[in-house]
Amino acid sequence: MKDTTYEPVIGLEVHAQLKTQSKIFCGCSTKFDAKENEFTCPVCTGMPGCLPVLNKKAVEFSVKMALATHCQVNERSIFARKNYFYPDLPKGYQISQYDQPLAQKGHVEIQVDGQTKKIRLHRIHMEEDAGKNIHGTISSYVNLNRAGIPLIEIVSEPDVRSSQEAGAYLRELRSMLRYLEVCDGNMEEGSFRCDVNVSVKPIEQKEFGTRCEVKNINSFRFVEKAIEYEIQRQIEVLEGGAKVIQETRLWDSDQNKTFSMRSKEEAHDYRYFPEPDLLPLRVAPAWVEEIKRTLPELAKQKKERFMKMYQLSSYDASLLVQEKSLAQYFESVIEICKEPKLASNWILSELLREFGPEQGATSPVTPQHLGELLALIVKGTISGKIAKQIFEKMVQTGQAPQAIVQKEGLIQVSDVAQIEAWVEEVLKEQKAFVDKYHAGQTKLFGFFVGEVMKKSHGKANPAKVNETLKKKLVKGA
Amino acid sequence: MKPYELTIEEASKELSQKKLSSLELTQAVIQRIKETQPKLNSFVLVTEEEALKSARAVDEKRAQGQALSVLAGIPIGLKDIFLTKGIRTTCCSKILSNFIPPYDSTVVRKLKENDFVLVGKLNQDEFAMGSSNENSFYGPVKNPWDLERTPGGSSGGSAVAIAADQCLGSFGTDTGGSIRQPASLSGVVGIKPTYGRVSRYGIIAFASSLDQVGPFGKTVTDAALLLKAVAGHDPCDSTSANLAVPDYTKFLKKDVKGLKVGVPKEYFVEGIEQSVEKATREAIEHMKKLGAKIVDISLPHTEYAVPTYYLVATAEASSNLARYDGVKYGYRAKAQTLQDMYRKTRGEGFGREVKRRIMLGTFVLSSGYYDAYYKKASQVRTLIRKDFESAFQKCDLIVTPTSPTTAFKLGEKVDDPLQMYLSDIFTISTNLAALPGLVLPCGFDQKGLPIGLQILGPHFKEEAIFHLAYAYEQSTQWHTRKPPL
Repeated sequence: MKDTTYEPVIGLEVHAQLKTQSKIFCGCSTKFDAKENEFTCPVCTGMPGCLPVLNKKAVEFSVKMALATHCQVNERSIFARKNYFYPDLPKGYQISQYDQPLAQKGHVEIQVDGQTKKIRLHRIHMEEDAGKNIHGTISSYVNLNRAGIPLIEIVSEPDVRSSQEAGAYLRELRSMLRYLEVCDGNMEEGSFRCDVNVSVKPIEQKEFGTRCEVKNINSFRFVEKAIEYEIQRQIEVLEGGAKVIQETRLWDSDQNKTFSMRSKEEAHDYRYFPEPDLLPLRVAPAWVEEIKRTLPELAKQKKERFMKMYQLSSYDASLLVQEKSLAQYFESVIEICKEPKLASNWILSELLREFGPEQGATSPVTPQHLGELLALIVKGTISGKIAKQIFEKMVQTGQAPQAIVQKEGLIQVSDVAQIEAWVEEVLKEQKAFVDKYHAGQTKLFGFFVGEVMKKSHGKANPAKVNETLKKKLVKGA
Repeated sequence: MKPYELTIEEASKELSQKKLSSLELTQAVIQRIKETQPKLNSFVLVTEEEALKSARAVDEKRAQGQALSVLAGIPIGLKDIFLTKGIRTTCCSKILSNFIPPYDSTVVRKLKENDFVLVGKLNQDEFAMGSSNENSFYGPVKNPWDLERTPGGSSGGSAVAIAADQCLGSFGTDTGGSIRQPASLSGVVGIKPTYGRVSRYGIIAFASSLDQVGPFGKTVTDAALLLKAVAGHDPCDSTSANLAVPDYTKFLKKDVKGLKVGVPKEYFVEGIEQSVEKATREAIEHMKKLGAKIVDISLPHTEYAVPTYYLVATAEASSNLARYDGVKYGYRAKAQTLQDMYRKTRGEGFGREVKRRIMLGTFVLSSGYYDAYYKKASQVRTLIRKDFESAFQKCDLIVTPTSPTTAFKLGEKVDDPLQMYLSDIFTISTNLAALPGLVLPCGFDQKGLPIGLQILGPHFKEEAIFHLAYAYEQSTQWHTRKPPL
């Protein structure tokens, strides 16, 4: 058997639900939590005679993502009908875009193993979501709350070469969508969905191999696993002398396998044609410019700025910018305590441990309060150890640190006379250890510090304690 | 004169002068419907109770001295394609035979704002597909001029209801001639306005890029009053034009001196009945006498109109009718699996002509055929539109025959769809070019069957059409003739 090295070629299609208040073609709410068919109307249930009216906000959101991904926004694009029968598709066609999409030819930069790579985007187009079928034991039901929620489909060029790159690409897209506040990127709830096209070819071969599309993947981890499975499966098919069949496969996350759903021959003929109920979508260049001006700083730029402005490590900066709200939280904290490194440490360790990156910014510990707490440390009013106790209280009660400090009498004692008194008491009580110390067991120094802190109920200023102890231990020698 | 014989203009005057109440008028109309319905089958639903209730309400408003619309208290019928909230709307298809709409179409909402009185839903070809009204799930409509003959279609019930004095005004839809051809064959006035003039919201779609709503009336004035009430921009219909609607009655003048009337040579071809050609030519002569200037024009792509239409219209229809799948509303066949349910529901729920068009439309949109059919048809459509654009450089309005023949016999063309499709040869181009077109009586053949004259105008120039139509009507007597019922 000859030894062939294979290279995977991967393209991704992402469906992102836009978080507009109302649906793409009617005024119904897009809220996620609702009773079955609560947010429906004649338009989104496909009643006879109904007509779609395009939601301008959905266009604005789509243009934002197109601009963020460096796409060319088409001044004129066309909605088209994608025809197929399914109970969750009330009109018997989905209004989408086909040969003239909203935006084309963009790119996204990803980082894998410290290397930057550009993944080109083929297109971004707008469409409406379908409803959901629910299968009971005797009957099946259709819930049309989701029908008509605006979606953008982001289609990459086949530039991805590994499951790792695919993961990085998807995380980058999700971060951008969340930074732009156009999609909440929740894979479990289905507001961010992904289909993967995978093929493999001998590395020296130019033409791509036959591809399979894998659907039904609802987490980043599964995307990576599904791609790895699919690459391995296709290599085995080729090594076995067979050919890969072009087909659509489903990911089964229980078995960690993909299996065939339908072959190319069984593929739908969607009979696309221009949607006659909608006029061509015209996006004026002036409006695009206006939208461009409102684009926020994205994670990548923010990370670079944090590293430069606050001297943070690349690792810390990337953790802080993983959520826009967290990055904003960080900057609010610095404004008050003026210590970026301290703020970063506290947020990345304490705050994230308690709340995680998505909830951190909306936790009971407001950035104002955390900033004040850190300022107390900086001023020497409290010790770091006390600060952690106060932080616990802030997590539980949402109170301001000052209030907790006053109530619990936790102000740090820096008064030299008081500290000297505590030190002397300890040295007296621990005479035996003092002797050992003088005999050369200098490691015992930490033990004395601990005893003094205990005596002060943690309130003694540790620096002052150190200083005093050093003095006293020398003096006594 | 019986109240039901009045025009809207006349009835409205009597109502406002309180010589007649809406209740009396409505009762007379309902009585007339009951007497003539067994012969004509023009109604599929008579809304007697609602009609009397609305009539009483309008009379009360009038008694209180409220300012009312010219249509207030006027009994009007609607093609069964207009959604009427709470009132069964079937499009004359088995598949919607149990459908009660949850909302009103914009046209109905506007008519309600005008305090109209809905007397019933009118028969039509199933999903507006047909030219003889024989494709209705509820049976064909008979032509009041000869009960053996078709009144034309698809809005046959709407035309006949006017011809037979079953209501004072009615509304239909026109996708390829469905208002104008039955108006011609039934001897009444009907207008298909410019595409986008009237909202399509709440009108069951046949071919979305061609469908347009329009009224039928006993006179040009009535048609103008009816159109004014429903025309205008609708935020619910993205294809409705955001243009002001003129007061059409201000343009109803008898003087047409200097008006340039174009006559396209392609509309006087082999296959046109002699009586139709003669009546049309005489009407043109008559207009010349009234002071209009007659101009020869050419619409060279006319011969491609019928095939182009049947590609575009069926393609759109195949998609528009996909929603009738038995899942949400309407007829559902009993079946074991989903696929089976779809097949049986649609197989049993649609009639032959509808299925024929769905299959044709599905075919022309299919992968590998799209470019050769749908795309090509869209390109030809542009050429047809350009024909008219250049023609309107030379003339203000165009006058043509409406249908190559007068009313044909029921059953005569049902087995020959191609012959049936050719019945719309003079009306179809108008829809492809999105232009307005009005039909009014211009004569009768030897059998006593009415002949209609078609007047076409540039986009959104309905007022110019009304002007010429009014001048012609007021100087002729054709519109005063009534069928022997």
